[in-house]
Amino acid sequence: MSRRRVSLRQELPLLIWLLFVWDALWQDFSPGNLLFGALIAVVVARLFYLPPVELGGRFNVLRAIPFAATFLAKVVAASFQILYLAVAKGPRVISAVVAVPLRSHSDLLVTATGHVISLIPGSLVVEVDRSTSTLYIHGINVRNPEDAARLRKDVRDTEARLIRIMGTRDELSALNQEAAA
Amino acid sequence: MNPEPLSADAVIDAVSAVFMVLGALMSLAAAIGLLRFPDLMSRMHAATKPQVLGLFLLLAAVGLQLRTWWVWPVLAVAWIFQLLTVPVSAHMVGRAGYRTKHLHRELLSTDELEAVVQQAAGRHGFDDDGGPAER
Amino acid sequence: MMQLVLTVTAVVLSLAAAGAIIRIGRGPSLLDRVLAADVLLAIFGAALCIDMAVNRHLNNLMLLVAISIIGFVGSVTVARFVADRRGNVHES
Repeated sequence: MSRRRVSLRQELPLLIWLLFVWDALWQDFSPGNLLFGALIAVVVARLFYLPPVELGGRFNVLRAIPFAATFLAKVVAASFQILYLAVAKGPRVISAVVAVPLRSHSDLLVTATGHVISLIPGSLVVEVDRSTSTLYIHGINVRNPEDAARLRKDVRDTEARLIRIMGTRDELSALNQEAAA
Repeated sequence: MNPEPLSADAVIDAVSAVFMVLGALMSLAAAIGLLRFPDLMSRMHAATKPQVLGLFLLLAAVGLQLRTWWVWPVLAVAWIFQLLTVPVSAHMVGRAGYRTKHLHRELLSTDELEAVVQQAAGRHGFDDDGGPAER
Repeated sequence: MMQLVLTVTAVVLSLAAAGAIIRIGRGPSLLDRVLAADVLLAIFGAALCIDMAVNRHLNNLMLLVAISIIGFVGSVTVARFVADRRGNVHES
């Protein structure tokens, strides 16, 4: 496994994304524009070099599609939950700040988990501790320790599903061992 | 497929009309939340979540009304960018709010961050781009 | 039917904008105001979307993207500024 090949492979998702954005903005997916977009993507990635995102090296599409579907459903549920809470509870709503230690230490997974958590019902990331990869989450309508435990379990489940989609092999096997235990 | 006068066009129109009304209602939900929730943190929930769904519904309505396939990628890009930016700005505002003590303790059932913050503040002030006590 | 939808959404969005403006005026802290301003921008964006859907054009799309970027950059900047201003000593 040469260093060069890994870097190109790690760059590929970024290049494809840049190409997609370019063509979407032009609203033109003709071969000429695809080629020009690819050229621009490579130039941009070379000129404006950013620290590479450390990908897990695998991506499970079969698990990603149901995840995306449940994510959309949860976004819908989140909005209606907020609407309900705003109308029914209003000023009397009780919240909590809960610490959730995550399994993964990769920046990508912690970020992805934080993003998904911020968008699904009733949770928002307040603080991140990178050294221990702990998320501090503000949960709305968390009135007692049981609700807090449920929130914590929700977050850890979300992370587990993300690991199954794009975590590294080590994280995946650790997760499988944990599930078997 | 449908011999009734109810053509595909009318169905698409109806669906997009429903989407538009729901999308507008989501904005209203955000506003009601802003007005009725007691503290900054819960208002942040109200400001972020309905926004995402509202924009999704409205962009879908635009896509349905235009009836051409090449607008969908642009709309998807617009939505994905919002999906990526909204949690970040909410997190930044929330973090600033927590650090400047913009929350009412009596409205929290538990606060597991407080002890950590106290401990970290005792050792060295907050690191700017990490959490408490990074590195 | 589009006329009806337009009326309903106009009323709903006006109410929402009024709510956000009240929060901007009343908001006890700077962060509350920033949050409400963000919501107000989102409501403008929603109005632009509805205009595009009803009149079947895409002219506002770039404006919409610009508005979301302004909202994002604005709230992040203010949040950073607020967090910084508190008496903490920073090395950097």
